[in-house]
Amino acid sequence: MNYIKILFNGIVKENPTFVLLLGMCPTLATTTSGLNGMSMGLATMFVLICSNIVISLIKSITPDKVRIPVFIVVIASFVTILQMVMQAFVPEVYATLGLFIPLIVVNCIILGRAEAFACKNGPVASLFDGVGIGLGFTLGLTLLGSVRELLGAGSLFGAVLLPETCNMLLFVLPPGAFITLGYLIAIVNKFKKA
Amino acid sequence: MKKLESTITNMVLVLVGVALITGGILAYVNHVTEGPVKAQAEKALADGIKTVMGGGELTVTKTDTVKQNINGKEVVFVLHQTEDSRHNYLGAAVESTTGGFGGDVKVLVGFNAEGAVLGYTILQHAETPGLGAKADQWFQKGGKGDIIGKNPATDNLTVSKDGGSVDAITASTITSRAFLLAINQAYNAYKNMPADADSGATKHVEK
Repeated sequence: MNYIKILFNGIVKENPTFVLLLGMCPTLATTTSGLNGMSMGLATMFVLICSNIVISLIKSITPDKVRIPVFIVVIASFVTILQMVMQAFVPEVYATLGLFIPLIVVNCIILGRAEAFACKNGPVASLFDGVGIGLGFTLGLTLLGSVRELLGAGSLFGAVLLPETCNMLLFVLPPGAFITLGYLIAIVNKFKKA
Repeated sequence: MKKLESTITNMVLVLVGVALITGGILAYVNHVTEGPVKAQAEKALADGIKTVMGGGELTVTKTDTVKQNINGKEVVFVLHQTEDSRHNYLGAAVESTTGGFGGDVKVLVGFNAEGAVLGYTILQHAETPGLGAKADQWFQKGGKGDIIGKNPATDNLTVSKDGGSVDAITASTITSRAFLLAINQAYNAYKNMPADADSGATKHVEK
């Protein structure tokens, strides 16, 4: 298996946000600003990498019939660890994302990769898959968050770029998330065909 | 390595094993992070008190919890009495909670001895990002709905739509109302401090 290929598979060919359309709940809810999107993406990536590695290590001692509960327990543990560590050491980020961190447990990207990749491949390949898909997700959320922040609040990562009269509040609100995501997917498809 | 058969013994053993191992790891992480989490919360509160009381050096002399019955609902206020390094009474920072647009809005607001607002900070909220969440800047000094230096007893601290003197956050009247209600309720709690508050404090309370 070519590890570089696995890496780019997650970022481009099977980008979770723009191609697989997985994990839409955090994608739409947390991307009110570029920074929020990026933090959520990185948090998910951390859990994804850890759970991918552990699941690929324990795949042979997991009886098939109980694999889903075992995977969920592994994922939930990493999410809980992440939550406690964030609360202790980066309280500012935790304050904005707090509500969405526990929801990573049921993020379909993570269980999806556990089922589709980690339980069929070795730990190193699973690590690369986690990094690839995680980066793809982070990239997608950062892009979506940046566009929404720029159009809705006139700033990018907190730096004010546009005067307040240009702000379209709609883009910070839920409808703006759907509109922006739709257009970004269209643009990505256009480039992928070309 | 061959995959483990899905027999009942194997399944039970694996599930119990996984649960025990993860339980142990989580207990350990909880043990490690417990201290920092608590310290962060205390530091956030201490920093908040300092900010809302004007940013100078101060010590908290007394912390009271006041329960008031407002419209049939019990509302809890926490009053932090403060004094400066030369033991002059500064006023109190009051924690006050009201219901906003997306959930509870919890503010920490500082009053000086006369009851004028020295500063505020939002401890917790679930308002719409980009709209109601602007409350942390909007009512600050120089903001559009500046309430700093105003006294809830003499200035009518309600939104202009309700006949008050404060401009509401654009498109977030409900959040603005909740925020100002929290300030006004905090002021009432501050004015009606419990009788056992130490004498150095009480003599300043009456305007």
